[in-house]
Amino acid sequence: MHGTLKRLAPQLIALATLIALVSVFYPGFLSVSLNDGRLVGPVVDVLKRSAPVALLAVGMTLVIATRGIDLSVGATMAICGAVAAYAVSAGYGLPVAMLLAIGAGLLAGLWNGCLVAIVGVQPFVATLILMTAGRGIAQLITEGRILTFTDPAFAFLGSGNLLGLPMPTWIWICVAVLTTLLMRRTALGLLIEAIGINRRASALAGVNAVVLLIAVYMAMGFCAALAGLVVTADIRGADANNAGLWLELDAILAVVIGGNSLLGGRFSIAASVIGALIIQTISIGIRLAGFPSEYNLLIKAVLVVVILVLQSPRFGTEWHYWRQQLQFKRLREGKIAK
Amino acid sequence: MNMRALPLYVTIGIFLVAYLICWIQFPNMLSTRVVGNLLTDNAYLGIVAVGMTVVIISGGIDLSVGSVIAFSGVFIAVMLRDTGLHPLAVFAILLALTTAFGGAMGWLIDRLAMPAFIVTLAGMFLARGAAYLLSIESVPISHPFYQSLQGAYWLMPGKGRLTLIGLLMLFTFCVGMIMMHKTRFGASVYAIGGGEATAALMGVRQGRTTVKVYAFSGLMAGLSGIVFSVYTGSGYSLATVGTELTAIAAVVIGGTLLTGGAGYVFGTLIGVLTMGLIQTYIVFDGTLSSWWTKIVTGLLLLLFILLQKGLVRLSESRLVAREG
Repeated sequence: MHGTLKRLAPQLIALATLIALVSVFYPGFLSVSLNDGRLVGPVVDVLKRSAPVALLAVGMTLVIATRGIDLSVGATMAICGAVAAYAVSAGYGLPVAMLLAIGAGLLAGLWNGCLVAIVGVQPFVATLILMTAGRGIAQLITEGRILTFTDPAFAFLGSGNLLGLPMPTWIWICVAVLTTLLMRRTALGLLIEAIGINRRASALAGVNAVVLLIAVYMAMGFCAALAGLVVTADIRGADANNAGLWLELDAILAVVIGGNSLLGGRFSIAASVIGALIIQTISIGIRLAGFPSEYNLLIKAVLVVVILVLQSPRFGTEWHYWRQQLQFKRLREGKIAK
Repeated sequence: MNMRALPLYVTIGIFLVAYLICWIQFPNMLSTRVVGNLLTDNAYLGIVAVGMTVVIISGGIDLSVGSVIAFSGVFIAVMLRDTGLHPLAVFAILLALTTAFGGAMGWLIDRLAMPAFIVTLAGMFLARGAAYLLSIESVPISHPFYQSLQGAYWLMPGKGRLTLIGLLMLFTFCVGMIMMHKTRFGASVYAIGGGEATAALMGVRQGRTTVKVYAFSGLMAGLSGIVFSVYTGSGYSLATVGTELTAIAAVVIGGTLLTGGAGYVFGTLIGVLTMGLIQTYIVFDGTLSSWWTKIVTGLLLLLFILLQKGLVRLSESRLVAREG
């Protein structure tokens, strides 16, 4: 327990600082009130709106832990949303629609996984294919329109409430907790880390890297499908052009903010999810504090650079080098003074 | 036959076959008007793809170019609206700015030893954010110099228009080809893409070359932004979203190895034209929807990635056979 807290400390401190900062500009940020049996307030809004990125971040953490990357998640979300909206408006009912959407997500993951694990294409390149073609496929399903539906059960997934909290919040919390348990209570997490650190060595040690890699990409597809369902249910329509647009980048950012190395290896799902919360707090905080939302991208950019500098394997040596240079300079100046 | 050039031959072959199919179906496809429009409509993409080719051959990637193009357009439009500077002066400032921006990203990539795509991802956010800060709305450009730029074309036989920006794209490709195949810098770029250790043994200054590569990509993105602003006659901060991916796709379809070290600038020109051809075909057909462009592009990407993978495996097994 102590170890987990220590691991999550930077992210938690960042989140707390951020909340304090937003509270300065917008004092009511932490206020939560009970209205019609549901909790209302900016914090609840953050918990609800971070659902897509948090869901994607769970899957992306696993993919990045294997030293991979999945750029196609936004397009996968669009495909799954389109499939679900199509099935619901065709009268198949919610369970079938959900199964079809999740099936589409798993299929997308299987495709990416096979390209990466069996064909041996770099993950960045392999998932680029689906990223380019995926939105076209989604538009093929929606026939270029925004497919709207009126099914109340499906809409409940996006805007409903359960025990006071929004439904999307429950979904991402459940996925995050279950995945963490699956990874940490079994050897799965360890095996995934092994692949990320050295795929060859792990294969020699008897890890079935091919199957595991495909499974990881399929898990990513599953998360993307859920995210697509939530987004589609929230706006009660499938928008093939804009559903999940840019979210792959937000998901990667969340994982990076969570302190997971892009070079694979050790991972923490909890930290990634907190990363997603940080991203959402920034964007809602900026709006509440009265800044134009254009600052959002700039702040994200600065965040990425700062984290990169801190994470860089060369940062330590570089720091050492400059300090040494400074010392030399001082010594030299000292000599001249003498 | 040179195995390295095989993807290039495949690219050219696919382009010719595709054009032949289009021509059989729509004989007008071969008119100089269509060819002229093909060059004009894809001018900004072609220019940015030259920069992307250099970056990819060096083993990197530049995701910031789409945002930089949008930033350039907004920057030009706002400068022309708010200051009395001549467009040429604004162009010079802009190109210096984007080149420095690219160089800074290259410096970070080299110094931090981090994956290029995450550093340029930050650059993408930064450039787009800067464009938003300048203006959220689309800013029209109504400078007389711009109108003369837009009206500048050479009438080809058959009433096709070879516009200034189309010519500029072809010129950029020529410069890119000479730079990559005839200069020391080009050789260094190929060496770095082939393998950092071997490049270091060859005496390539890796840091300096990396900075130059990304600075060149920034310069091309700035130039592409100028062309795009001439093409659309305005600056809009939400324009050219996803152009970086289209450019990467054009480079890969052009036969450049995404892992770096092999590829031809000329192939990228064919790649850009192939993608333009798909779009033209869809316009000519009239019944197909524009989303087919994305699907066909994805399929072409897959084809070339698999082809390259196969070639790399083949050459590896040859090496093993020779050694064994």
